[in-house]
Amino acid sequence: MSQADLSIHGQVSRSEATEIMTAPTFHVPAKKMAMWLFIIADSATFAGCLVAYGFTRNATPNWPRPFHSITNVAIMTFILLSSSLTMMIAVRAAHAGDKAKAFLWMMITAVAGILFAILHIREWMGLIAEGATLFHNPWGTPLFSSMFFSITGLHLLHVTGGIVALIAVALRYQGGRYGSDDLEVTGLYWHFVDLVWMFVVPLVYLLNLSH
Amino acid sequence: MATADTHNSGGMTRDLIVYVCLLALAGIQFVIAYQDINTSQMFERMLIVAIVEAGLALLFFMHLSDNRGLRWFVLIFTVAVIFGMQYGWPDSSRLINGVPWAR
Repeated sequence: MSQADLSIHGQVSRSEATEIMTAPTFHVPAKKMAMWLFIIADSATFAGCLVAYGFTRNATPNWPRPFHSITNVAIMTFILLSSSLTMMIAVRAAHAGDKAKAFLWMMITAVAGILFAILHIREWMGLIAEGATLFHNPWGTPLFSSMFFSITGLHLLHVTGGIVALIAVALRYQGGRYGSDDLEVTGLYWHFVDLVWMFVVPLVYLLNLSH
Repeated sequence: MATADTHNSGGMTRDLIVYVCLLALAGIQFVIAYQDINTSQMFERMLIVAIVEAGLALLFFMHLSDNRGLRWFVLIFTVAVIFGMQYGWPDSSRLINGVPWAR
């Protein structure tokens, strides 16, 4: 039976079947879809960490509230939110074909990420200087320090990975090896890192603010 | 891979509006932190604000508003997994409050 016959009988021809099988899911290209799948999986990882933190905090009497100032975390939040905007500018510039502008804004995003990481490490150093480590907490239960350093550490690891990715993709984009779509995929990851921070700040920092 | 959805989405003005909204919502979270309310009330309010923030970022910064199929795909999988993790709360409350019949 020829392909034409199959079509006549209401069945799918080979070429149509191939087209269906190779068509991007939800009209999303493969690279972007892979990033979305990673984001879904990674959001489950962070959700697992935050739920475990919530469980522990709820089940532990006299949970410590060691944070006296929110200035540092407020600045960190502002920097990370702003870096999402600079990433958007970079992606828009790349789609518009403005290579120099896209590269510049990608690098600005990376610098914002580095600034965020520096502030994060500075805050960690402050806590470590007060005696808080992964297994010791001067204000009470050591579970607080374990949870705090684990969750913020996992986020910082993502930020660090993001900075490396931003710089690598920007350089390859400038060199002509990557296209605007690669910038878009990197941008998705960066926005996700920002999104996770929106949950880490209230749950890990603000709920542990001493009044 | 420059998808049509990215190009069809709003311009820089919309991005700026979303950015300002996110900053304002983050500011609200900081204000809630200084309210004279108990921890569970604070947790509820902050979580609601965080979900709104995440929704804005997903819809506009990550362009989920432009692709209905992908939006439902991401939403269903993520929400199902996160809901699946909530089974432990009664146990955590039991650990601190004890079983009701023991009081």
